[in-house]
Amino acid sequence: MLQNHPEICRHLLWFFGVAACVKLLLIPSYHSTDFEVHRHWLALTRSLPLSQWYSDETSPWTLDYPPFFAYFEYFLSFFARLVDPQIVDVHQGLNYEADTVVYFQRISVIVSDLCLVYGIYRLTRKLEAKKRVAMWILVIWSPALVIVDHMHFQYNGFLLGLLMLSISYLQDGRDVMGGFLFAVLLCFKHLFAVAGPVYFVYLLRHYCRGGLLKGLGRLAAMGTVVVAVFAAAFGPFFYHIQQVISRMFPFGRGLCHAYWAPNFWVFYIILDKGLAFLLKKFGIDIPTPAASFTGGLVGDSSPFAVLPQVTPLSTLIMVLLALSPCLVKIWKNPHPGSVARWISYAYTCGFLFGWHVHEKASLHFVIPLAIVAVQSLEDAQHYFLLSIATCYSLFPLLYEAQEYPIKVVLLLLHSMLMWFGFSAKFSKVKPPTISDNKKTRKKGSSSSSSRSGEEGEFVIGWGGKCYIIGIVIVETWGQLLHPYFLGDKLPFAPLLLISIYCGVEVVYSWVWQLKRIMAD
Amino acid sequence: MDRNNRGKVGKDNVELDNNKNGDVCWWLLHKGLASFFLCISMFGLLVRWTVSLHSYSGAGNPPKFGDYEAQRHWMEITVNLPAQDWYINSTKNDLSYWGLDYPPLTAYQSYIHGLFLRFFDPESVTLFTSRGYESYTGKLLMRFTVLSSDLLIFFPSVLYFIHAYYDVHSRGRKADVAWHILLILINPCLVLIDHGHFQVIKLNSALLFKLSPLSFCFVNLMSTYFAPAFFSHLLGKCLRRKHPLLEISKLGLVVLGTFAMVWWPYLHSRDAALQVLSRLAPFERGIYEDYVANFWCTSSVLIKWKRLFPTQSLRLFSMVATILACLPSMIQQILAPSSKGFLYGLLNSSLSFYLFSFQVHEKSILLPLLPATLLAMEWPRPFKLLTHYALFSMFPLVCRDNLILPYIALYALCIFLYHPPGGRWDGAKRHHSTPLTLVSVLLTLAYLGSLVLHIVYLTVRPPERYPFLFEALIMLLSFSHFVLFAFHTNTKQWMLSGHLIGSDKGKKQH
Repeated sequence: MLQNHPEICRHLLWFFGVAACVKLLLIPSYHSTDFEVHRHWLALTRSLPLSQWYSDETSPWTLDYPPFFAYFEYFLSFFARLVDPQIVDVHQGLNYEADTVVYFQRISVIVSDLCLVYGIYRLTRKLEAKKRVAMWILVIWSPALVIVDHMHFQYNGFLLGLLMLSISYLQDGRDVMGGFLFAVLLCFKHLFAVAGPVYFVYLLRHYCRGGLLKGLGRLAAMGTVVVAVFAAAFGPFFYHIQQVISRMFPFGRGLCHAYWAPNFWVFYIILDKGLAFLLKKFGIDIPTPAASFTGGLVGDSSPFAVLPQVTPLSTLIMVLLALSPCLVKIWKNPHPGSVARWISYAYTCGFLFGWHVHEKASLHFVIPLAIVAVQSLEDAQHYFLLSIATCYSLFPLLYEAQEYPIKVVLLLLHSMLMWFGFSAKFSKVKPPTISDNKKTRKKGSSSSSSRSGEEGEFVIGWGGKCYIIGIVIVETWGQLLHPYFLGDKLPFAPLLLISIYCGVEVVYSWVWQLKRIMAD
Repeated sequence: MDRNNRGKVGKDNVELDNNKNGDVCWWLLHKGLASFFLCISMFGLLVRWTVSLHSYSGAGNPPKFGDYEAQRHWMEITVNLPAQDWYINSTKNDLSYWGLDYPPLTAYQSYIHGLFLRFFDPESVTLFTSRGYESYTGKLLMRFTVLSSDLLIFFPSVLYFIHAYYDVHSRGRKADVAWHILLILINPCLVLIDHGHFQVIKLNSALLFKLSPLSFCFVNLMSTYFAPAFFSHLLGKCLRRKHPLLEISKLGLVVLGTFAMVWWPYLHSRDAALQVLSRLAPFERGIYEDYVANFWCTSSVLIKWKRLFPTQSLRLFSMVATILACLPSMIQQILAPSSKGFLYGLLNSSLSFYLFSFQVHEKSILLPLLPATLLAMEWPRPFKLLTHYALFSMFPLVCRDNLILPYIALYALCIFLYHPPGGRWDGAKRHHSTPLTLVSVLLTLAYLGSLVLHIVYLTVRPPERYPFLFEALIMLLSFSHFVLFAFHTNTKQWMLSGHLIGSDKGKKQH
């Protein structure tokens, strides 16, 4: 079944090519603030000396990514200046919207996606054909990536590519390379640090073993690599490190983003509101908080009426708590086959309990989970729903009428493709021998009795079907019925509904993943 | 790439076999053709809507704007005036400003779309004041009218065609059918013109798929390009029935009946009908405009038709030339009507109209392209070539509309789709690949030349003396291929009946 690598490469590039054509067509779509943010960073890095990168305040969109990303923008700005000098002008380029800048930036995202393609290539080159193709569908044609990167505008494809590369090296047992790439990734975007504990424990147990001396030596080696990466990133900013840190961690932004990411805090706020409402009904007087969550922007203080206040520290503790069972598991049995699962789980925790989480951050766990999804039938079924729900939660990101058909069709199309891919992979007529990718989960009898994991048909259970129908209902309510019945009243309600509805699936997914990890 | 699928038939085995052989698209067909069709139509919708994000013909270009404004203006006219006045110049209907010059059925379609626009954005179709109306919502609604007519008419017709075609022939593997669907639904030229440039050509074309006499009448109204083929095919079929005369008269009645139905508002007086007719055939505009890759325009490099002859005689010339060019395929169909021959007939007649008729627009190449797409599985290589040159011949138009980006993206997309990894449908025929002949070398050279010409057209300024040098070159190159193509398809059509009437082989050249 294994094919020669150039052929896989060509097939993969075909998948990428088809996607790239659609992405090219998407160039004139919605011009978001993130677009201007990245344009400003291009100008900033090109026109200002290094020392001012993190202190400049020409535009409200200050540089808040770690230095490697700034270098990346610096590198891009070199070409940007060749295309159109106005792009990289700090003052005159503000809110510049000419075709040149749009084309340049959009195409730079499409090209930087090649990093993701390479990561996927490394991950899939040794898999059997069906798994490989299923994974390509999940990642290369991911609608969430298209929406966030190519319509809204960000460089997630590139960053996730680094993550995928790192995972692929870990799976191959090349821990130093994996750790190095992860350190590099952290210096590109520090939001990926949530998986840090997983990496730490895994590398400690898997790499730094074999006696005390050897272990310590390896620990030192790994430490040197990581420190070297961070030194390369932050070294040039040594004298302004305070400024850099304060820009990178703007805790003043509040617990939730303007649009609530579908995570735990949505339920927390709802519960708070509900309790406050009930208490008032019973005549107990409670001080109503000044700032309202529903107003959109959220201030510094978290205005809870009844429940305890939430601080950045408490969110951090919650994330670590949620991670701890997984860390114990890694400590006990650090085997490379489950790395992808653990890392995705870490990002799920970060998404669910983190401080000021963007809905876009769901990509961080949905994309790596694709590696796991093709491994067994249950994983596939779990992934199918999760992918639909998180992609749907991105809908409010594109609120203009022009993009509406695109996001709907993207989601529908991808659900269909996913369904095709999974049901081709998990069909009844499979031969009984499957090389389970480095995983030794096969236990007990060999044939028909233990088919649960690998065999059987891909079907969506009644729960899943209900959930999908629910999405349709939520969307119809938000788009048609709500404006019809309520008009302009409660304008945030449809968004809130989406958050809650998708939050249910994310919480379910978190529990499911945790159960799965513990059962492994 | 070459080593897969050599005549495998077993339906269930196909996936597994292909899987071994490195075809990565097996999973698409796993769930059967119906879901594949649905999936591809989704993709088609996605591509169409993304193309429609781009600019349109005459965007922000007063006073006349472009085809977008023409369509919008028709909606304005049809919504606000009674049907009798649609084609008549009056104080309310200035025919010199994008007057209706399509047959009544198109006007009815405009009317429906106009109602739709009026419901959501009344301002965009108010009489007079809406001229040159351009807004975000307006564009969205207009784009949506095209998309909806695609969705409601074009897609089901394709489904119907595929069903009828592969039922009759009952051959071809699942994968072939699948790729055929893909080719028809995602045709770069059609998408680019309809959703980029702005046209509602689909409706005309869609009716084509319904191979029945009734649709003949509709099509006849909208695109005379296909009329000869329909006529000869149906005549040929009738002649083979038991009572030819009865059949013909029945057919005639049906045709007349539909005509009467569609033309009802204009039949109350001779003047009204004549007025409509004169609008449909705008002879005053001259035999050609711009640089169309047809006979008159191309030969005008050498012979200045417009200066040598009056319009009257040119009209005659073009009519005679067109009929002569259609004749071989018509005769073939009358002698031996068959459904495949009919498709060839459509192709040939529309191609000869494109090449020889009066007042042809660049976009008209879509009409021959459509039956060609339906026949794509018969000859993939010439089909690819035709698609390439059809796109190429529209390149100057596309540049004018500022649609270069979608052009490139769609071109790349169609290359990817035509060459799936594992060589799905081309690979099946590749084992008798063509040897290196003079023709193939020439074709490759021309192909490369056209690619270079794309870049040259965009980057190099033409010399002062010949400002339209590159347009002329593009036209020349495309024209030569279209002519070659016309010969090729005529030959093919006659070869079809070769075993029936061997003696007629001599007639195949015209």
